Amino acid sequence: MDLFFDNAPTLWSGFRVTLQLTAVSGLLALALGLALAALRVAPLRPLRAVSMLYVELMRNTPLTLVFFGMVLVAPQFGIIPPLGFWTAVLCLTLYTSAFVSEALRSGINSVGVGQAEAARAIGLTFGQSLRLVILPQAVRTVIPPLINVIIALAKNTSVAAGFAVVELVATGRRLGQAIPGEAVTILGGIALLYLVFTIPAGLLATRLEKKVAFAR
Amino acid sequence: MVSQSPGSSAGQPGSGPLVVLDNVNKYFGDLHVLQDINLSVARGEVVVIIGPSGSGKSTLCRAINRLEPITSGTISIDGVPLPAEGKALAQLRSDVGMVFQSFNLFAHKTVLQNVTMGPVKVRKMRKAEAEELAMGLLERVGVANQANKLPAQLSGGQQQRVAIARALAMKPKVMLFDEPTSALDPEMINEVLDVMVALAQEGMTMIVVTHEMGFARRAGDRVVFMDSGSIVEEADPDEFFTNPRTDRAKDFLSKILTND
Ligand SMILES: Nc1ncnc2c1ncn2[C@@H]1O[C@H](COP(=O)(O)OP(=O)(O)O)[C@@H](O)[C@H]1O
Ligand SMILES: [Mg+2]
Repeated sequence: MDLFFDNAPTLWSGFRVTLQLTAVSGLLALALGLALAALRVAPLRPLRAVSMLYVELMRNTPLTLVFFGMVLVAPQFGIIPPLGFWTAVLCLTLYTSAFVSEALRSGINSVGVGQAEAARAIGLTFGQSLRLVILPQAVRTVIPPLINVIIALAKNTSVAAGFAVVELVATGRRLGQAIPGEAVTILGGIALLYLVFTIPAGLLATRLEKKVAFAR
Repeated sequence: MVSQSPGSSAGQPGSGPLVVLDNVNKYFGDLHVLQDINLSVARGEVVVIIGPSGSGKSTLCRAINRLEPITSGTISIDGVPLPAEGKALAQLRSDVGMVFQSFNLFAHKTVLQNVTMGPVKVRKMRKAEAEELAMGLLERVGVANQANKLPAQLSGGQQQRVAIARALAMKPKVMLFDEPTSALDPEMINEVLDVMVALAQEGMTMIVVTHEMGFARRAGDRVVFMDSGSIVEEADPDEFFTNPRTDRAKDFLSKILTND
């Protein structure tokens, strides 16, 4: 365990990258996911189809493949993604937005269809109906699943390790290689650092879920 | 058929019939729910649509503000054909009030906010002005004292009257009602019907799907009887209820009369 504490500063900086990746990708994924969810319930069929295609594609692709695609395949088509941190943000955002969209969509569907019809019937546009009537009512049911999406995102930042972004797992691996025999201790420490973040988030999600259940 | 010849008044807002359905057809998959519907509703007219469950009454009602797009034919409101999805459609819908069977008040907004939302967000009215308008309407439908409650705190009859006020706040040219009293406990039906009768007497153009014969006789100018997606019979309400011409209408009336 000493070893873990001796290397705490290195691990801490890895932890910080994890948090930064989670925060930046999380915010961007919320924005993109919201746009995807809006398209998914739009009154025009082609818009719905585009959103559905994107979401299904991303949901059923392993995250590592998204990274591989971005780092190895995209350049062959002349798309040169920025390297390091922002590549990771891009991949994590594209991937996570699909799950955000699904969480939002289930929230939107939990609001009765009559609410949307009444909104349209008084002359609100599609965007206004969504913003003024549907989303405010969807929020309550949507927050717990969204927190779970963000927890998954925090764990998924470890995939960035393989792609030159120095976050927690990558740091641990380098330390493990530098100091063989102590890999288990170090991995254990890393798991702990993750849990420091994910367990409170999980508890928050559960509590909110209960609160929502009461409010109904 | 309504004449659409050049020089006729149809096609100009402000004159001619207010709502015109011309050869309207609607399919749900293979199901032919509206079959060659021709219907013309004059300004100030109150048309009552009646017919068995599943005959297409709701679909007809919802087609008029394009909550349900039709497969073929044309529908015009005040001489303007229903636009495709978009801003123009939203604008047109704001001129067509709609009252649903299940009220559909915005559950997260107070009664007052339910009524002011349209004027403020669609008509761009100032909030204070919208609230004054809304309070006047809530007064008129008898629920002004509930203005700051959430819809769930109101009885069904009260909610439906708020829904009527919400629609009236847009100063619509025509009001659509889809079985406005069939989700209500019997003792609340009349409070809603009274509001509707008053509205009819003030000259509002109304299309009302209902089985309330009392309302049809008191306020209706015409009964349209639908069966299996078609308009089968049209008549003056008293004439229709006492002396239906078609067998299908006779059959239907005998059923609803024995059920009461
Ligand atoms: N969204 C829908 N999808 C498929 N079929 C529908 C839909 N809405 C209504 N229908 C069918 O269309 C027919 C007419 O329905 P509706 O207009 O609701 O009748 P009514 O209001 O007279 O009871 C019914 O057979 C009904 O099952
Ligand atoms: Mg119906």
